[in-house]
Amino acid sequence: MTDVAALDNRPVANSYLATALDDHDDAHGGHRTSLGLSNMKLAMWLFLGSECLLFGALISTYLLSKARFVTEVVAGNPLVTSTMPAELIQEFAESQSVEPMYDIPFTSASSFILLMSSLTMVLAHKATVEDNGQNKIWLSATALLGSIFIAGQVYEFTAFYREGLTYTGNLFGSAFYTLTGFHGAHVTGGILMLLSLVYMAFRGKLRSDRAETVELVGLYWHFVDIVWVLIFTIVYLIP
Amino acid sequence: MAIIEEPLALPEGTSTKVERPLGAYTRPRNPAGLVNWLTTVDHKKIGIMYGTAALFFLVIGGVAALLIRIQLAVPDSQFLSADAYNQIFTMHGTVMIFLVVMPVGAAFANYLLPLQVGARDVAFPRINAFSFWIFFFGGLMLNTSWFLGGGADGGWFNYAPNNGIAYSPTPGIDFWNIGLLIVGIGSLTGSVNLITTVLNMRAPGMSMMKVPVFTWMTLVTQFLLLLAIPVLTVAQVLLSTDRLFGANFFNVEQGADPLLWQHLFWIFGHPEVYLMILPAFGIVSEVIPTFARKPIFGYPFMVFSGIAIGFMGFGVWAHHMFVAGIGPLSVTAFTLATMFIAVPTGVKILNWLATLWGGRLTLNTPMLFAIALVTQFTIGGLSGVSHSLAAHDTQQTDTYYIVAHFHYVLFGGAFFGFVAGMYFWWPKAFGYKLNDKIGKVHFWTMVVGFNLTFGPQHILGLQGMPRRMHTYADAQGFNLWNAVSTFGSFILGIGTLMVLFNAAVSYRNWRAAARPDVGPDPWDSRSLEWSIQSPTPEHNFDVDPVVTQLDDFWHRKYQKDENGTLRQVHTGDEIAQPGNGEGVHLPAPSYWPIMLAFSIPILGYGLIFNLWLIVPAVILMLVALYGWALEPADDLDIDDHHDHDHELETV
Repeated sequence: MTDVAALDNRPVANSYLATALDDHDDAHGGHRTSLGLSNMKLAMWLFLGSECLLFGALISTYLLSKARFVTEVVAGNPLVTSTMPAELIQEFAESQSVEPMYDIPFTSASSFILLMSSLTMVLAHKATVEDNGQNKIWLSATALLGSIFIAGQVYEFTAFYREGLTYTGNLFGSAFYTLTGFHGAHVTGGILMLLSLVYMAFRGKLRSDRAETVELVGLYWHFVDIVWVLIFTIVYLIP
Repeated sequence: MAIIEEPLALPEGTSTKVERPLGAYTRPRNPAGLVNWLTTVDHKKIGIMYGTAALFFLVIGGVAALLIRIQLAVPDSQFLSADAYNQIFTMHGTVMIFLVVMPVGAAFANYLLPLQVGARDVAFPRINAFSFWIFFFGGLMLNTSWFLGGGADGGWFNYAPNNGIAYSPTPGIDFWNIGLLIVGIGSLTGSVNLITTVLNMRAPGMSMMKVPVFTWMTLVTQFLLLLAIPVLTVAQVLLSTDRLFGANFFNVEQGADPLLWQHLFWIFGHPEVYLMILPAFGIVSEVIPTFARKPIFGYPFMVFSGIAIGFMGFGVWAHHMFVAGIGPLSVTAFTLATMFIAVPTGVKILNWLATLWGGRLTLNTPMLFAIALVTQFTIGGLSGVSHSLAAHDTQQTDTYYIVAHFHYVLFGGAFFGFVAGMYFWWPKAFGYKLNDKIGKVHFWTMVVGFNLTFGPQHILGLQGMPRRMHTYADAQGFNLWNAVSTFGSFILGIGTLMVLFNAAVSYRNWRAAARPDVGPDPWDSRSLEWSIQSPTPEHNFDVDPVVTQLDDFWHRKYQKDENGTLRQVHTGDEIAQPGNGEGVHLPAPSYWPIMLAFSIPILGYGLIFNLWLIVPAVILMLVALYGWALEPADDLDIDDHHDHDHELETV
């Protein structure tokens, strides 16, 4: 190996020591990034990209399963109909769909609540940037609205279950509960993150220097809301 | 209260250092031996661990392969039962793909990406450690199925409805599902981490078109992982709910469409084959220019053909399903797409040849293996692209012809590329070269063994020998080539073991010669990892390298004189960074990544055997998550003026 001290003092013309930038920030592990976007934010966007494929596959599965279920039931496949409650067969035969079971006004209300939580999330981020002490209110409100949505989903699942739509009973049940359940689990994860932020905010640890943390949770939260817009349209509104 | 918050100043003359009451959250300080490896967040050590773990799984997968060949050596063999044979070929494929080829790619990516872009570590060092450990524990869990009721037995793609509980009642496929789900978490976190590293942590001046080809190919690979893994996750979650909780996604009696599994699996599965081969493409794109002593021919074409492969890799999945009855329109569309995807692959092969053409070739071991990739992969690629013709595909599907095809691309392609990379970067990682004489014996053993094993399988396939049958009859005419193939597989097995032999001999010789310094740039090569000492110093770069062009390091060594002839103006040793890491701040090791990774397979066992196991698993997981979130971002002793509350920002 070459003499370290000598190289340090008189770098060869083309050596990296000779051409290094004198960048103080970099010496400290630095905040310079090639894209000008923080690593965490880039990582969150990538993760959300991956999540798109996850929900894409789940929604495709749901659409296929629903279509197959309807055609098989309407075709009167005895293997399928023998394992279903009689009322459900009736409903399906009449409507060729599952809408009669849905309580559209109820789900619309809970969807509205979830979408409003995106607004409070934006306000929470703004309050954190401005450091005006209101972020605990808006974060709590976001968590609360999310919780109301989850409560609505629990209520809805219970109601459907009582009407005879079970997870194992038929293909539609499996697909419906898996898709909406996956989304519900994502919302629940988001609520846990929000509660951590609320805790930090009340401890006085969520000041404007942490605005990006709020923004990251916000990105995730908005994503989950957008996915719900898709699911609500595809599962509940499209016949 | 005030006293607790603001301690009194210590009397003059005593140390002002206050023991911080962090308890369990204190990060390990300079741990030694095994604990060092268990808690490390250093991308180089994690890369080496990926490689070592892959070698361990390679032994398992290799033994399975030899068992298959022993069974098939003679007709009507009773060596393995049909059931054992099913488990062994399924696990052979699964282990080789998910626990050998993918992690070897991850090993190279982890070790080299930060070095090639001039960074001190990956973007998220603790997540990097977590990615490795969860892959390792997931792989171990998958392999415990051998002892807990038998391995998966539906083939590596486990088609529905054959993968249902009715047709495969042992927990093997549950292990396959959950083990691979766990391994997939590691792939996903790893891909986010590495993409962020490449996109965001490049050295000053290194625009994307100055990034080495290996880094580019690995970047494409990580994007493929990022977008393909979630689809496999969905497929396996659906199958798990079917098998464990009685859902109906693949239950034909309930009207389910078993083709759904094939679609989901291959939407993942086809990008999967490209994400196995692209890192090897990247490796030979570094090896060939170095030993041809020419720049890579058509760098932008190399980059964009890699990107094109990545994009088109998502649009050809149904060519695995031509015999599944997907309809003439789909067959036509996927036939065309499959023909098109051969174009960027052909561009790459042409560029390697053009790089070799007129070069001053050094035919040492890494170069030989790189050339082996080009030739063997071309054979596999030709047999592959011919399958874009549905009629041809229908003839060969489920015969040994397919087995021959994908071993030519995955073994002759990916694996030979990895061996080339191993010989090439070994001095950078360990400070000494692998023995070139043994290396050449290794090379010829492997190439001869490989072609003897898989070459005859083309003929067997054309004769109509089906895959996945545990035996064949004497009169079917398969005897000769099966015997040859089995003979070749043992040569190949010996060849593979010579990796270990060569490493041991080279290490002993190096020690016997009092550890001579291999120098920072033993091959006179081109990218940034050669501009630092060997083995790589813990802090990688003393100063951020400033990059002005592609192959910047090479252009610092060679410049044109006034007559326009290239002359060496410096040696690599002269301009390399001296490895003086004073004042460089590195992330501290951590206990939590391995703890968190350890809790998740317990959850998996809980799902398979007893739901009560989930309770301790979740407790352990929460402890690990909170430990992760609450431990100080860095070791307090290293850098006392840092803000210690960055926990959420430095996951």
